[in-house]
Amino acid sequence: MNYKLDFTPVIDGLSDLLMGCLGTFVLALGGMALAIVIGIGGVILRDSRFAPARWLVKAFVELIRNTPFLVQIFFIYFALPLAGLRLDPTPTAIIALGINGGAYAIEIIRGGVQSISRGQIEAGLALGLHKAQVFRLIVLKPALRAIFPSLTSQFVLLTLTTSIASAISAYELTSVAQRIESDSFRSFEVYGTITLFYLVISWVMMRFFALISARYFSYPVK
Amino acid sequence: MGWNEFAFLLTGLKWTVALSAVGFVFGGMSGLGIALLRTSGIALLERVTSGYIALFQGTPLLMQLFVVYYGLALVGLKLDAWIAVAIGFTLHASAYLGEIWRGSIEAVPKGQTEAAKALSLGYASRMKDVILPQAIRISLPATIGFLVQLIKGTSLAAIVGFTELTRAGNIVSNQIFQPLLVFGIVGILYFLLCWPLSLYGSHLERRMAIASR
Repeated sequence: MNYKLDFTPVIDGLSDLLMGCLGTFVLALGGMALAIVIGIGGVILRDSRFAPARWLVKAFVELIRNTPFLVQIFFIYFALPLAGLRLDPTPTAIIALGINGGAYAIEIIRGGVQSISRGQIEAGLALGLHKAQVFRLIVLKPALRAIFPSLTSQFVLLTLTTSIASAISAYELTSVAQRIESDSFRSFEVYGTITLFYLVISWVMMRFFALISARYFSYPVK
Repeated sequence: MGWNEFAFLLTGLKWTVALSAVGFVFGGMSGLGIALLRTSGIALLERVTSGYIALFQGTPLLMQLFVVYYGLALVGLKLDAWIAVAIGFTLHASAYLGEIWRGSIEAVPKGQTEAAKALSLGYASRMKDVILPQAIRISLPATIGFLVQLIKGTSLAAIVGFTELTRAGNIVSNQIFQPLLVFGIVGILYFLLCWPLSLYGSHLERRMAIASR
């Protein structure tokens, strides 16, 4: 082996790479926020009395879950301008991530809502709780608790998926790395380093979600 | 879009299927090994395999492909792009399937292991004849779910420069300047590949939920 590892380009580009991590966080948080909005809206439509709305949500979920994110982001990237929306790659990527994550969130949130039995709500009302209290304490909190683990892993997955947004040159860690790589040709060093960055990012997110879970959802049941 | 372009997409589809199949078969074989090591009861082996799984579950698939692709070239292995991405997907699949199957092995009731031991079955026979047949049944919905994820994941080989369905779509779209049409068709082709699998997976899941009620 006559190849010598050389991390100078990585070290020189460290501040750029850290900014890229920030970009990754922006994409991930934006995507998650949009995914939650789509998820909740989707669940309401999915269980509505209006049949076409139910079919539409079902079709949306199946379509998104059975096609690759890379194809989705390309499609959205080219479709938005036709719909009269001229956006930069970064907002486009957030929209694509939100739509993709939203389809998974619909299924997850729906499972949580269905886990609350009707009798619980009636019991709450019978105890004289206000409707808003019933929703907050008896529906929302236990439902969130039930879906929190799957929501967490879905969000970590979404964060890792942000790397694919480099395909439309959105501003995030992978695209910054690609620029450094094409300037220096130190492919292995650059990508090896940011792989570790991603490992740290997903670990931090998991710890963060675990803390929330311990803080809000650690009360005993039954 | 003419017939020629569509035929080119179908060639890409063929490579997508081939890549998924290779990744799934070889990933499955090594994944089984990982699942067995992960449940072996030997602390060191369990720690190493759990680290291996965490590494692959905590990093983007795209990075795994990049690192394998450039890493192999770096150690002097001059491999075809096809072989390099196939190795990447095999490693990726081995970690995910290893974790799925570890869960299924652990989900087989303890009494089964104890009964097999009481019948003085050795480790190999205990696994092959008692535990694994039951674990495979339990793991089937999740395994199919991962297969769908793997098929979708092969689209990332396009970024490394391997001409499968998505990259075929890129090429055609650059030729005929109708990206929406091309990626729409590419999406439909993926959908036709993945949806039946997803339906089968959720069918199995429902059936098992009824059986365990």
